[in-house]
Amino acid sequence: MPAQELSPTSYIGHHLTNRTISLGDSPFWTLHLDTVVTSALLGLITFGFLWLVVRGATAAVPGRRQAFVELAVGFVDDQVKGIFHGNRSFITPLALTVFVWVILMNAMDFLPVDIMAWVYEHVFHQHNWRQVPTADVNTTFALALSVWVLMIFYSIKIKGLGGWIHELFTAPFGSNPLLWPANFLFNMVEYVSKPLSHSLRLFGNMYAGEIIFLLLWLWAATGLAGTIFGALLGVGWAIFHILIVALQAFIFMMLTVVYLSMAHETH
Amino acid sequence: MNINLTLFAQAATFAIFIWFTARFVWPHLSRAIEARQKHIAEGLAAAERGKQDLEQAAVRTADMLRDARQQAQEILAQAEKRASQIIEEAKVAASEEGARLIVAAKAEIEQEVSSARETLRTQVAGLAVAGAEQILRREVDAKVHASLLATLQGQL
Repeated sequence: MPAQELSPTSYIGHHLTNRTISLGDSPFWTLHLDTVVTSALLGLITFGFLWLVVRGATAAVPGRRQAFVELAVGFVDDQVKGIFHGNRSFITPLALTVFVWVILMNAMDFLPVDIMAWVYEHVFHQHNWRQVPTADVNTTFALALSVWVLMIFYSIKIKGLGGWIHELFTAPFGSNPLLWPANFLFNMVEYVSKPLSHSLRLFGNMYAGEIIFLLLWLWAATGLAGTIFGALLGVGWAIFHILIVALQAFIFMMLTVVYLSMAHETH
Repeated sequence: MNINLTLFAQAATFAIFIWFTARFVWPHLSRAIEARQKHIAEGLAAAERGKQDLEQAAVRTADMLRDARQQAQEILAQAEKRASQIIEEAKVAASEEGARLIVAAKAEIEQEVSSARETLRTQVAGLAVAGAEQILRREVDAKVHASLLATLQGQL
């Protein structure tokens, strides 16, 4: 923390402020530089690593790294196989991208915020750098809405535009014209709630995780007892957070696959 | 919680990463995995075939062993039969030879006996003549009584 008055509000506010750049007049034209750069770097490292490994992939006995990558990819592919019945040549890479990218963005939460703040401040000369991209609602909405668009795209591709609209009015209750409004309303609620729950679940979990860390570090600044308990509970929360990081990435991936496989089913 | 341009930037990044994974990561790896699965399946099939071949070979070996044993038995029996036959033949030949030898020996003995008898007869005749000469002295002319002597000799 730079030399300024430390109050709980300013501490938490400081850590929850995005590094922004403005590209236009209205508030919409701002970019969260920290979110975009961190997530892009994580993606480049991860997918670059995956690419390097699979480029030299051999059908014979795999090496350590290839076995590791195959394990991860096989895990994702098995999940997809269980839910989605059809050509997986797009769905599995999509699920893999979601899982790997989200788990790494979530895992940024493990980096201790105050040390990293010093690093960002003094090494990269960036003030207010939020390091967890998935704790930024823009990221989770971007992912969920991309999946949502793909969902509608596949609905139309599989069932045709007419078939999709037909389904909007006739499923799930029945094709009686009297039921059309109810069906349509139901489907609209579903189409709105899907991306909302999809994105806000991940965002909420990661944001809450971040805040709990911040509260613990606040406590750690209150004296010897606070430091000891803050550190102990911080370790506890970090260990528990490993589960949340992996679980939320897994849930996000599974929902992606479920939504897309629902788009492939005709009623 | 302010929605702004970041959302679109993140969506674009996401799209690029999906494209990258679907285009460069997944096909390579799935191809390698499928090739390995095929390889393993072939290996297992080959092992299965090898096992079956081994079982068949074992059956064939047992058959051949049994045949060989049977053949050996037959050859042995034949050899025994042949051996007893040879012994039998040898016995017959030996007894024939013996009989022949006996006949020949008998004939020889016969001959010996007759020749001995002849000699004896001649000697007896001579002795008789000598005896008669002793008895008769000059009264007997050998030339006159030759026929008488010959008759006597034949009667002995």
